[in-house]
Amino acid sequence: MSKSTSNVSFMGVLTEGIRQAPPFRLLLGLCPSLAVTTAMENGFWMGLAVIFVLACSELLISLLRKLIPDRVRIPVYIVIVATFVTVVDMVMKAYVPEMHAILGIFIPLIVVNCIILGRAEAFASKNGPLHSVADAIGVGIGFMVSLMAIGGVRELLGTGNLKLFGHALLGGGLPLEVVVMLLPAGAFFVIGFMMAGLTLLQNRQKKQAQRSVEHCTVPGEGAAD
Amino acid sequence: MEFLAILVGGILINNYIFSRFLGLCPFFGVSSKLETVYGMGAAVVFVMTLASAITWPLQHLLLEPLGLGYLQTVAFILVIAALVQSVEMVIQRVSPTLYAALGIYLPLLTTNCAVLGAALLNITSGYSFIASVVNGFACGIGWTLATLLFAGVRERVEGPHIPESLRGMPIAFVAAGLMALAFMGFQGLFRGILF
Repeated sequence: MSKSTSNVSFMGVLTEGIRQAPPFRLLLGLCPSLAVTTAMENGFWMGLAVIFVLACSELLISLLRKLIPDRVRIPVYIVIVATFVTVVDMVMKAYVPEMHAILGIFIPLIVVNCIILGRAEAFASKNGPLHSVADAIGVGIGFMVSLMAIGGVRELLGTGNLKLFGHALLGGGLPLEVVVMLLPAGAFFVIGFMMAGLTLLQNRQKKQAQRSVEHCTVPGEGAAD
Repeated sequence: MEFLAILVGGILINNYIFSRFLGLCPFFGVSSKLETVYGMGAAVVFVMTLASAITWPLQHLLLEPLGLGYLQTVAFILVIAALVQSVEMVIQRVSPTLYAALGIYLPLLTTNCAVLGAALLNITSGYSFIASVVNGFACGIGWTLATLLFAGVRERVEGPHIPESLRGMPIAFVAAGLMALAFMGFQGLFRGILF
């Protein structure tokens, strides 16, 4: 991975990061994906916090990657990540106190979010600063979009409407309130079925691709019939 | 009575997996085999109890008096990492058999949000020292109980009778959701008696 990315563009790394959609594909960062996704807006703020921490940590780790001794790299990464998490925690407490109260301990817990350490170890420790930031923003956006999707489904089914920054997105809303969607059980259900949906789509695409390949390799068969 | 409430609360009512969503990665990671659950569970209970016992004095006797509250996250994660590392070394020296059983699970606990989560929740809940230790222990037991039960369920939802796209993780999530529903039955437990 380290060598192949050297000639890939900033945008290339970024879109590759988005495609990984952390909670679904990599099964990383599960705890916040379930805990804070009772509303779409929570997902947005959690995603924003993670993008900031991820981008800053990956940038710093990438810049320091030749200075950090290999044997103590994990503790060093943890300290770097924890520093930026503290920054996010204090900024959010000052400027968006309501959101800070809702996200609660899941902001300091970004430290132990496997996405951050995972990307630091797998990407930033081997790549230059520019690509590392691109990877961070890509993976971060993937995480944010996933969280907003989970939060959106839960909010829509649980309250019958979607809210973003205090505005209701669906005028009168839907006449349904499936309260279980807002409870812990609902989080597991929604993620489970969203994953199944993604797998279904993937399998279908794979089958279609296979069919078109078969079709191309034996072009005479169709005409003979 | 207070300690009993914390104990039952940590194990059943505010179960780490099903109501607080902490420690989910190892929950899905180790629950495919019963044997690994025992190992991981023992490690979680042990480290969470110790981490609660260490982070409480760190917060109340060191960080707060010195006005260093903002260092909480950094200090806690470092102390937990050091703790896990030293526990690993002590166990290796004292009991090689125990080390063989727990060895591979211990390093994973540094980046386990359940351990840091327990330490942070002890502080935000305003627990006393003993209450913190009891809470750490109870939450560890609660995590282990949930994962043990789930390992049993998971064996049943694997196999050819599951629709293709639901196989593996998706059906595991749905099963976990059903268990979370069952655990909600504990919500009313003790209401009126203790709280």
